Amino acid sequence: MAQLDVRHKLEILADAAKYDASCASSGTAKRDSRGGKGIGSTEGMGICHAYAPDGRCISLLKILLTNSCIFDCHYCVNRKSSNVRRARFTAKEVVDLTLAFYKRNYVEGLFLSSGIIRSPDYTMEQIVEVARSLREDHDFRGYIHLKTIPDADPELVRLAGIHSDRVSINIELPTERGLKRLAPEKDGQRIEAAMADVAHAIDDAADATRYKHAPRLAPAGQSTQMIVGADSATDSDIVLRASSLYGRYKLRRVYYSAFSPIPDASAVLPLRRPPLMREHRLYQSDWLMRFYGFQPQDVVAAAGPTGMLPLDIDPKLAWALKHRERFPVDLNRAPKEMLLRIPGLGVKAVNAILASRRLRRLRLDDIARLTVSIARLRPFIVAEDWRPTLLADRADLKPLVAPPREQLELFG
Amino acid sequence: MRIVRLAAEDDFEGWRTAARALASAGVPADQVIWQVGEAATDLFGEEADLPNQGIGFAVPRLFVDLAQSVVAHSDSERFALLYRMLLRLREQPGLMHDAADPLLRRLEDMAKAVRRDLHKMRAFLRFRELATGEGPRFVAWFEPEHHIVRMNAGFFARRFAAMHWSILTPALSIHWDGQTLTEGPGATKAEAPAGDPVEEVWRAYYASIFNPARLKVGTMLKEMPRRYWKNMPETALVPQLIAGAQARESGMVAQSRARIGGNSAVAWEALRDEAAGCTRCHLYKCATQTVFGEGEVSAKLMLVGEQPGDQEDLAGKPFIGPAGQVLDKALADAGVDRATTYVTNAVKHFKFEQRGKRRIHSKPQGPEIEACRWWIDQERMLIRPPVTVALGATAARSLLHKVVTIAGSRGRPLTLEDGGECWVTIHPSYLLRLHDRADKEREYEQFVEDLRAANARVAALAAA
Repeated sequence: MAQLDVRHKLEILADAAKYDASCASSGTAKRDSRGGKGIGSTEGMGICHAYAPDGRCISLLKILLTNSCIFDCHYCVNRKSSNVRRARFTAKEVVDLTLAFYKRNYVEGLFLSSGIIRSPDYTMEQIVEVARSLREDHDFRGYIHLKTIPDADPELVRLAGIHSDRVSINIELPTERGLKRLAPEKDGQRIEAAMADVAHAIDDAADATRYKHAPRLAPAGQSTQMIVGADSATDSDIVLRASSLYGRYKLRRVYYSAFSPIPDASAVLPLRRPPLMREHRLYQSDWLMRFYGFQPQDVVAAAGPTGMLPLDIDPKLAWALKHRERFPVDLNRAPKEMLLRIPGLGVKAVNAILASRRLRRLRLDDIARLTVSIARLRPFIVAEDWRPTLLADRADLKPLVAPPREQLELFG
Repeated sequence: MRIVRLAAEDDFEGWRTAARALASAGVPADQVIWQVGEAATDLFGEEADLPNQGIGFAVPRLFVDLAQSVVAHSDSERFALLYRMLLRLREQPGLMHDAADPLLRRLEDMAKAVRRDLHKMRAFLRFRELATGEGPRFVAWFEPEHHIVRMNAGFFARRFAAMHWSILTPALSIHWDGQTLTEGPGATKAEAPAGDPVEEVWRAYYASIFNPARLKVGTMLKEMPRRYWKNMPETALVPQLIAGAQARESGMVAQSRARIGGNSAVAWEALRDEAAGCTRCHLYKCATQTVFGEGEVSAKLMLVGEQPGDQEDLAGKPFIGPAGQVLDKALADAGVDRATTYVTNAVKHFKFEQRGKRRIHSKPQGPEIEACRWWIDQERMLIRPPVTVALGATAARSLLHKVVTIAGSRGRPLTLEDGGECWVTIHPSYLLRLHDRADKEREYEQFVEDLRAANARVAALAAA
């Protein structure tokens, strides 16, 4: 292979990395570069430094160390049998590129992954070396996300955790059967075992910091990604799978990546992409489970008998329409859990309603100021001066409107 | 009328001192004019000294935080609005929690706009490297919407502590020498460096990380509004990336259509194995097994039935029961060798009602057909048959994504989503249900004719 200049390699190795959805740079420990020899800071909230026309945020320099790979996973553009051009960065090239981009305020840091070359351990060593050099040789204090390689030595994975803010390993496909078909050399149990190792290592490190000043491991936790639409998993399958991963390995995030056609695709893959809306609906249901108190079963109920979430309405509305008996909800009285179930009300609006209603009874005008669209909300709520008219047809109307019964005086 | 002069657009301390004194003296909000710098004075106003501070009073911490943000807003009414809020807070100490209050709402929205601008400055500001006598200096030109530059200086100092940098804006410039922050007057774009060789590399990255198969221009514009674009080196690429996206995606699809990568027979086996464990609908619970399609992976003619019957369910093979025998005979009479075709069903599990010891066929419903469409789509993608015969209304519904009648769609080619031709005919079991001998013969002949016509299309398309 002819020598490629850095820009050329970047084109190949960024192109190869773009199928990884994650670009988060938030939720890590707070630190900055004052008193140091280098640059970099993380202040809680991540920053998206640009957006591509695919609507995705560009927060990190997201690249592969190399796109050569000894595996032959059908869904992957870098698989052994693919005819894409191959390239490989040296550790120093990645370090220099990261710093050059960071100094010009293009990125929050680095997200480094790699095709597997020679052996899992060898590959992991190369990845760790980049992070080590950034941290130790250049005192870089920005964000680093490293992909860990299944089957790599646990000590290397621990080192990756020490130098980085987040580590991740991709579950790839929501079902074991799908994994068998599309990534025959990968083993779901080994991937999960690697996740469990990382979860334990993070826990152990957190325990150690209680007693002495030990380094924290991957303060932004671990995440994973699964491809949607390349195997037969329904939305219900995916949601149940994600929920068990969150629970078992304390994942910070599960990313869903709608399968998209890749150059030099394998015969096994669908030619058409699934609707991007499907991916969006999965993220919405993920959000409902993480911030709105929805259980996986609620999402399954919203999906209905086909196991697929409706594409035309969001999962929260779908759930509400299937549970009409729970509505309308009185904004002046209902508990927080129920306010969070109202389609069109976000967490912020719910908190504002809870704070305001301590001071006075809320009217429709008040609600309108707290939300984006009152029109959407109306059929589901009761306010001081508002009650949906459809309510009149309902069987349970009486207890809502009838005056409270009073005990008659026996000795009037 | 009292006039209060503030030292700068973001002079929070000046506002605080004046507001405290005025509020202590009980001066109503409509009696105060707030001005920044030496702007023209209101003709009828008097520039009086501030009243002596009376008894100090406390305001909620929440209000102080809010006011610090709101002061940076570009709205000229901001000082007056904050003062009105301050007066009301003395009457109603709980007001800060009344998120539905119109004035508080307005102030919160202003604070939100300021926070957003602060964040966008941190995100979209771009430094360019400049060689100087004392080593490299990184210089940026930025045009904020609100008066946020001073407020944001600390962020850049914390982040780029070891660098020497300058941020130039129309109203103010700030400089960092590795130790201290200094301020200077406003600047013009011409004073900032015109370029940086690294921008070429950054643009290459921006173009490569973009996935042309998932265009979402609306999301991009919402998060990265056009007003910031002019000072960002990468945004010039946006129009050409959007324009080329469609072509790149269809290019990838066309390429893989033309040249099947990998071994499709192996892929088909893997697909069948995956289907064996299918639980996409509830039918798997009572059926014996998944009855997957069968036949040549390179077949040019695909036959799609409704669902497996009793015998197919037990044997795991499609069309081997009574209806299968009718199909075999009809294919033979039409001159089609079943071994060269691919035979499958719209629904892959047997749906039945148990009556005594017998399992009676029951028609699959919409959700079951929907759930199972995934498999037929996958089969079609692997085999890519130029001609498909839909045997019966259920198969036609699955293939055409809509309910059709056989009478209304028979005898002419319909185009499927993937470009293949679809011919609709009856399901062979229909012939088993007819009792009148003449009807039976007539319908059988028609069925054979349909199969013959479909087969003729295979030859015609191959020759074309």
